[in-house]
Amino acid sequence: MSRLPQLSDALALNDIAHRYGRRWAVRGVSLNVARSEVLAIMGHNGSGKSTLLRVAATAIRATRGSGTVFGADLVRDAQIVRSMVALLSTEPGVYGDLTALENLRFAARMLGTSGDALELQRALDRVGLGREGHERARNMSSGMQRRLSIARLLLREPYLLLLDEPYNSLDPEGAGLVNTLIRETRARGGSVLLVAHDLSRSEGLADRTMEMRDGLLVESPSADGERDAAAASDTDDASDLANADVVEISAARRLRVERGGAR
Amino acid sequence: MAESTLRRPAAIGTSGERTSTRLEVTATPGWLVALTWLTPLVVVASQAYFILASAPDRDMGHLQKIMYVHVPAAWSAFLAFLFVFIQSVRYLWRREERADLMAAAGAEVGAVLTGLTLMLGSIWGRPTWGVWWTWDARLTSTAVLFLVYVGYLALRGLTDDPERRARWSAAVGILGALNVPIVYMSVKWWRTLHQMQSTPSTVDPTYAWGLRANAIAFVLVLVVFISHRYRALLAEYVMERRMDEAALSRRARA
Amino acid sequence: MTAPVAALRPLPTPAPMTLGPSLRADLQRVTAVAWKDLTAERRTKANFNAVVAMAGLILLFFGFALGPDAEGLRNAASGVLWLTILFSGVLAFNRSYQLELEAGALEQLLLYPGERWTIYVGKLLANLAFVFLVEVVTLPLTGVLYHVAFPERWATVLLVLVLGTTGFVSLGTLYAAMASRSRSREVLLPLLLFPMLVPVLIAASGATASLLVGDVMGDSRAWIRLLAAFDAIFLVASTWAFQFVIEG
Repeated sequence: MSRLPQLSDALALNDIAHRYGRRWAVRGVSLNVARSEVLAIMGHNGSGKSTLLRVAATAIRATRGSGTVFGADLVRDAQIVRSMVALLSTEPGVYGDLTALENLRFAARMLGTSGDALELQRALDRVGLGREGHERARNMSSGMQRRLSIARLLLREPYLLLLDEPYNSLDPEGAGLVNTLIRETRARGGSVLLVAHDLSRSEGLADRTMEMRDGLLVESPSADGERDAAAASDTDDASDLANADVVEISAARRLRVERGGAR
Repeated sequence: MAESTLRRPAAIGTSGERTSTRLEVTATPGWLVALTWLTPLVVVASQAYFILASAPDRDMGHLQKIMYVHVPAAWSAFLAFLFVFIQSVRYLWRREERADLMAAAGAEVGAVLTGLTLMLGSIWGRPTWGVWWTWDARLTSTAVLFLVYVGYLALRGLTDDPERRARWSAAVGILGALNVPIVYMSVKWWRTLHQMQSTPSTVDPTYAWGLRANAIAFVLVLVVFISHRYRALLAEYVMERRMDEAALSRRARA
Repeated sequence: MTAPVAALRPLPTPAPMTLGPSLRADLQRVTAVAWKDLTAERRTKANFNAVVAMAGLILLFFGFALGPDAEGLRNAASGVLWLTILFSGVLAFNRSYQLELEAGALEQLLLYPGERWTIYVGKLLANLAFVFLVEVVTLPLTGVLYHVAFPERWATVLLVLVLGTTGFVSLGTLYAAMASRSRSREVLLPLLLFPMLVPVLIAASGATASLLVGDVMGDSRAWIRLLAAFDAIFLVASTWAFQFVIEG
């Protein structure tokens, strides 16, 4: 599944693990995405796929592990990575009180592009929001806000497109738009990493599909009921440690370490 | 897969937790044990000697001897804050968890010492001026410093994610430390402009030696308390990291 | 709908590894952030009105607490003015980050290329404008309620106002980046911020008080220098610290 990363790889993740507070969301994931490749990762909620995407986008600094985007390190060269990737996240990330056009103009100016009115309007037209330019984002439906964030993606040409549940809250037309975007990126030589719990609307675009479960990549989807149940449960507190040392701070503020089974 | 998650990752870049596996809980080092026993002896000895040996102040009598605790406590409190500043800079520069734990230990001990300074200053003020509080420069700056500590500790208490907590408290610690001399200067000017009488000098020459000796004693107190507190925080930290390791490898597929 | 895949310009290989800093692009980002914050604020005037109302309320309350004697009020005026600015202004800072947190905009904001200080300075400018506008109302209101004659050296009073507000807002913008994402944000922000503002309060109200009675002793000069030094130190420190604080 993982081979030696090459500099020409669009994305190379090495042993990424990340926790939120005390809970591990990603437990050790390594993968590569080649140039002009579309990789899809399926997984249920809580499988860690969103976190993985965010690590690749440099929105999160992984607790463990490292990675590169076209050879640029995710931590050391974060600025460079940001100029090459674009993330479509589950939240639209728009400013409710600004109009659609104003949101796009803000994005354009932050991206360093000229952001002239024609370019912005074209982006809106492409996502089917051509006539909503002066509508405040707050008054848009979630599907429309989704399209607005897709329009934001169109303002630049990312080398690596990161899509988090891109088909959510989109009608068939919107889903087709996402797929067009994927095709275009690939045709240009860029790559796409797409995560979703359901790939039925992807029109089989993915060159490779993987599954992520409970923070790890799995080779093939499992029909094992026991593992499903285990994956579904979420308790990570001290009483649940199975084989590990049990450590306890007693009232006397002393460490008491016991080996053996769970308490 | 279970093995690879526990092995130190072979990093292409420099990202990732580097130092956590190096932090271990060790037995209390010899020097600390010795110091822990020595320090109370030094404190008692130097306090007792100077309290008994020095003559009562001509104005304030024996009350003046409260300065033997108040002033060294104040110096140590400020020293602790300097320590917090250095460790905070070190954390932001190198992202070493150890530095964050030291800063936290320093802040906790510093807060206690600052509170002690304030209380003693208040106790001294009551018989001297008839009031529990006087707005003199040193006492007031110390009160502000105390509030900065309290804010620092409140922020730590309210932030759960350890990495975010470390970063945020480092920023607060650094800015707070930068402000201490400015606060002191502004309060001092504020006092002189209002033409308030300045606090009578607390450094009667006969007291100078006493203050120095007790200052050293209090620095020892500072070192001992911060060291122990740091070790306690370190132990908690290592325990949490071990639990995280266990949680990481649990249910991992081979 | 599958639009035909047009003949697209292929991405150059290899990917660009250098990213030269561009001051012009950074300044563009600063103005973009400031403009965005101010526009969002302008659309919902509710926040501004509330803060101004709060300022008026605080002025009244201090008046009630101090008693109606004109002389007493006049003496207390500069102190009350600055306390009012601080207590009402602090309400504005968290809001600046609230709009980022609402629809997950902060994540996108942090993904744009460019240095973090551009976000900080942009928000700083927006918050400055906001607080200055509140002061435009607060200042004359204080003069009226506290029987303060129009000062001869009004220009210097304005200078003190600008310097004091800058120190206040620069620290407020930084600390709100943390407090707005914490529990107990309403109490955490003042708790963290106000001890830091002791020099601002002392210097600004001291200078203002002095100037309102003609500044016979020339005290205001020393205070103004202190404020300027404070601003210089903490503008730099806050800008530097912001990158560590704004990260996720």
